[in-house]
Amino acid sequence: MTDFVRLTPEQERARKRRNLMLALALVGFIALVFIITLAKLKAGVLVRPL
Amino acid sequence: MPALQAHVASTSDYIALLKPRVMSLVVFTALVGYVMAPGAGDAVLGFASVLAIAVGAGASGALNMWYDADIDAKMARTMARPIPSGAVAPEEALALGLALSVFAVLTMALAANVLAACLLAFTIFFYAVVYTMWLKRRTPQNIVIGGLAGALPPAIAWAAKMDALALDPLLLVAIIFFWTPPHFWALSLLRADEYKAAGVPMLPVTHGPAETRKQILLYSCILAPLALAPVATGLAGPLYGAIAAAGGAAFLYFAWRVARSDAPKHARALFFFSILYLFTLFAALPAERLIGLIAR
Repeated sequence: MTDFVRLTPEQERARKRRNLMLALALVGFIALVFIITLAKLKAGVLVRPL
Repeated sequence: MPALQAHVASTSDYIALLKPRVMSLVVFTALVGYVMAPGAGDAVLGFASVLAIAVGAGASGALNMWYDADIDAKMARTMARPIPSGAVAPEEALALGLALSVFAVLTMALAANVLAACLLAFTIFFYAVVYTMWLKRRTPQNIVIGGLAGALPPAIAWAAKMDALALDPLLLVAIIFFWTPPHFWALSLLRADEYKAAGVPMLPVTHGPAETRKQILLYSCILAPLALAPVATGLAGPLYGAIAAAGGAAFLYFAWRVARSDAPKHARALFFFSILYLFTLFAALPAERLIGLIAR
């Protein structure tokens, strides 16, 4: 019979907080890339000789 | 049969892996480097560049803690860090450090340019590999050479704005580079026994406290006049010059006290003053520019 690791309520809360922070960090990174792209477009990065 | 126990690290454990105090100094000096580079720059791209430098510094911290977990566990100052305390597994710290390094360098390339991204990658490599893996356990010159990694952020930020390097950002790098040995050796004088027990060849362990105190004074004699160099190149003006002169004189006084007495209070005073000195010096640069803009 397999023994599964059982988390205490406190450990479960810590895991949830950690997952939330990870999700926020990923969303933040996506937002950052988007904002950088806008800033670069504003600076005319596409205006160049072909 | 009792259930298996698992430790779930909290968010603060992961933040501690990024050495937030070191990161704050890196962010501050990088910010000054960015502001002092000619031109207005783009606020968004500037923010993203400094953020990339901050994350890169954090990544270096995580890689350093992964590799140094064995010696961290032996020293009172570091035994509560996330890996020796058991909060975070070493493999997790390694994965976090590597992932953040890649994110930081790619973000820098996207927000700024390839030169700044290469400089950031070099800095992370220098801290994690050259300093942590090669120098720290081998030579008492570890923090002298390794200090370059902590000194580079103003130059990376300058390169992020200008897509080029110049004498001025290299002067800022040189100031931090020559500031590092007196700062860390003052601390290592106070912790020499711990470094010895952990097998880290810091200067007080290999050459004794007397030689360390002499070297502190020597580097301080280079640092104090070097800090005036930005006035000569035109990067800074008279206000900075006055602060650098007064601060340099005070730094030399604190270093001289350390050189002539082995009382720990003098080493402690120099350690704390050195932090104030670097902060004031780097704060004076943009402050003087701001005052100049307002007075215009």
